[in-house]
Amino acid sequence: MAETDGIVREFLLESFENLEQTDTDLVALETQPGDRVLLDRVFRVVHTIKGTCGFLGFARLEALTHEGEGVLSRLRDGELRFTPEVAGTVLGLVDAIRQILAAIEGTGEEGDADFVELKQTLARLKAQASAEAAPPDKPVRRRGKRRAVSGEAEASPPVAATRSEPVPVAPPPSPPGAAPDIEPEPPAEDELEPQASGAATGAAGVAEGASVSTVVESNVRVDVRVLDQLMDLVGELVLTRNELLRLGGSELGSASTSALQHLNLVTSELQEGIMKTRMQPVGKIWGKFPRMVRDLATACGKQVRLEMEGQETELDRSLIEAIRDPLTHLVRNAIDHGVENPEERVAAGKPATGRLWLKAFPEGGQVNIQISDDGAGINPEKVRKRVVAQGLMRSEQAARLTSQEALNLIFLPGFSTAENVTSMSGRGVGMDVVKTNIERVNGLVDVESEVGGGTTVNIKIPLTLAIIPALIVSSAGERFAIPQSSVLELVRLMGDQLSEAIERIHGAPVYRLRGRLLPIVDLTSELEMPAHGRESATIVVLQADDRQFGLLVDAVIDSQEIVVKPLGGLLERVPVFVGATIMGDARVALILDVLGLAQRAHVVSEEHDRRSSEDLTPAAEAAEEAEQLLLCRSPDDGRMAIPLAQVARLETLPASSVERVGSETVVQYRGDILPLIDISEQLPERRGRPRSGDGDGAAENLNVVVYSVGGEQVGLVVGGIVDIVEEVVTVRRPGSRDGVKECAVIRGKVTEFLDVEGIIRRAVPRFFDRGTGSER
Amino acid sequence: MARRQYTTLVLDKFLFGIEIEGVQEVIRSQELTRVPLAPPVVEGLINLRGQIVTAIDLRRRLQLAERPPELRPMNVVIPSPGGAVSLLVDRVGEVVEVDDDSFEPPPETLRGAARVMIRGAHKLPDALLLILNVDRVLNVSDETVW
Repeated sequence: MAETDGIVREFLLESFENLEQTDTDLVALETQPGDRVLLDRVFRVVHTIKGTCGFLGFARLEALTHEGEGVLSRLRDGELRFTPEVAGTVLGLVDAIRQILAAIEGTGEEGDADFVELKQTLARLKAQASAEAAPPDKPVRRRGKRRAVSGEAEASPPVAATRSEPVPVAPPPSPPGAAPDIEPEPPAEDELEPQASGAATGAAGVAEGASVSTVVESNVRVDVRVLDQLMDLVGELVLTRNELLRLGGSELGSASTSALQHLNLVTSELQEGIMKTRMQPVGKIWGKFPRMVRDLATACGKQVRLEMEGQETELDRSLIEAIRDPLTHLVRNAIDHGVENPEERVAAGKPATGRLWLKAFPEGGQVNIQISDDGAGINPEKVRKRVVAQGLMRSEQAARLTSQEALNLIFLPGFSTAENVTSMSGRGVGMDVVKTNIERVNGLVDVESEVGGGTTVNIKIPLTLAIIPALIVSSAGERFAIPQSSVLELVRLMGDQLSEAIERIHGAPVYRLRGRLLPIVDLTSELEMPAHGRESATIVVLQADDRQFGLLVDAVIDSQEIVVKPLGGLLERVPVFVGATIMGDARVALILDVLGLAQRAHVVSEEHDRRSSEDLTPAAEAAEEAEQLLLCRSPDDGRMAIPLAQVARLETLPASSVERVGSETVVQYRGDILPLIDISEQLPERRGRPRSGDGDGAAENLNVVVYSVGGEQVGLVVGGIVDIVEEVVTVRRPGSRDGVKECAVIRGKVTEFLDVEGIIRRAVPRFFDRGTGSER
Repeated sequence: MARRQYTTLVLDKFLFGIEIEGVQEVIRSQELTRVPLAPPVVEGLINLRGQIVTAIDLRRRLQLAERPPELRPMNVVIPSPGGAVSLLVDRVGEVVEVDDDSFEPPPETLRGAARVMIRGAHKLPDALLLILNVDRVLNVSDETVW
């Protein structure tokens, strides 16, 4: 019983695989209807299934494939033309076979569907073919043709001629033209014929199956677990080898050196070989695309030609599985939303048939996959509108994006629905899911598009998940590996820098990285490891989702390729590690999950929360809208911002015009008395460099921002005017000193937002009494 | 009369037993890599011929006294669906064979963590052999016990 199960499973596996090829062949046949190689292959697959079914006792499937085979043999013999109707019917046959196979797989039974209509159509086509061809000369003509093509005089016409129904049992004849090169086995098959013809259908099927599989006989099915185990052992062997090499010079003596070198070499090759066993060509996924594209295009009333390049490009099998859905999705999108209807295409001066091409090629340890179409492209303008309409972004924000940035908005979660996207000739159905899936395997995805010219989605994925380049760091005496793909740069901090370079905003550590505030996460404290003093440290700048943060570690040890191994089930709930690896000294090191770590440290989730709260109330928070800001130098040479809305004028006044009235500094300005507030006097100094009283204070001219509140004006003396910008402030943090409302990054620099009201209140307490009090 | 074989483990002053079929192998003390943020009973990870194995401190799991630092624990490797797990024990004793009828379920007064993890005891001439329910021992996520 168990043995039968094994045979059935093998049969299912092989049949499913073969049917995939059949799909591809049938679609190809539509463009090259007479191609014998393709017809032969299709025939053979159906024939093999029929034969094995007889053997295994699947009567329904046998009956169905028998009908199908009849039509296919007539197609092959040129008695029936490969019309669209025939193509549709044969594809229907393939689907029906699959359905039955799936039923067998699930229940062990063939199921109840009997496909009456399909069988009738097949029978009708067969009859039609018989009417077209003159039945009496059929065997003769076929034999003659076959001999002419393959040039095999020793083929056995007597056997064939004596058969009452030679078609199903006869092995496929050799293809025309290049046949001898591609399929060297026809003579062997002919030798098999006498036995096969005498045996039952089942036996014939088995014999046929055997001959078919000569093409793939060099392949063996191996349980994946065996491969994984081999991987583990090879990893161990490599480590042992490394250990030996380390000892090599000193302890082993020269006699063993050559043996050691040999071991070294063999181990490396073995490792490479084992790695290769896990590799599979991307063609494995692409195989189903021709059929899918055909069906989808037909359903959409479009004409699409699929071109594929680089099917042989190999990827680790776990990655193949990971990109299957995203690729399918992208291909579907390209047809559904990318390629236009034939009429539209012609109207736009393009050929009626759209082009969809898939290209895969390796590039420096990565594999690139491109999915391109020559369809309508994505209009960034419409994406912007769509994003705003869906409340994912405010119009000012959207307007500020470059076209490329706008295009990438299609990856936003929640962007669009099929209907909406179709109406804008873009794509985006679940593009966020595509992005997530690709990023999960350390891949990257982006989109290029030209309106009217087409769209290309570029995917970059690592060759393998099992071995990744990683940065090895240490903190609190433990080593950790960080996937190199997340690492942007390293900043080393020594001695004094350590305490000074990392500033705090309300306790939250930040580092100024080229003018931007980089949130800092200390690995030691984040992982709740025992803290200890350190002399130096390194900030590993990491990318998590769309945010960057700096991971503070004690030291960077090395950069190396590591073998990723899963953590046991007990540690699944620890979200900051993706796995573990074994280091050169045979000890285990944990691999950090950068995204998980960022989430734990609230680097990522905060941002997301903020974004979603904005989504809910886009209009209510007027203050969050794009603001016009006056940028000026702060006393300690930093940068500060004042909302432009309340700035009446910018003036440069001679220092000599400043007068003192009691405790106030004033200046005569436009027929009025303008109180002056020197910002530098109002801000508690951060770096102990007061500006007033030093050289700057004695400058000839003062830069004055005339600020207006409720009809009253006040002059703010600032260090210098830098710029006026209109900006949506996306990153805000509370201010770190009095007189500063908050900090934010503006134009790539950390900028303090002046608390103007507060400063005025302190400097000129009665100022607001004079005004109408209509503060903002 | 059915007889069973148990691998015996010593923890503190107690003698525990695990069905001999349930033990993959016993290895001496290994270098451990600690796992920050892991449940407290997870002592760390060890490298078992290239396989990463989670080590559980069985003393802590059974809420016994902490092992004195100078006592280097041994690893009893148990296969489990989520990957092999190593139980850290003070010492591994010999294999004993016992009769079924020397077995008694735990007394009602046994409470807490031990209650769910100890099936019962075989009365040996000079000691009680406490039989571990390995599935429950490995089910660290069982909130009732930690």
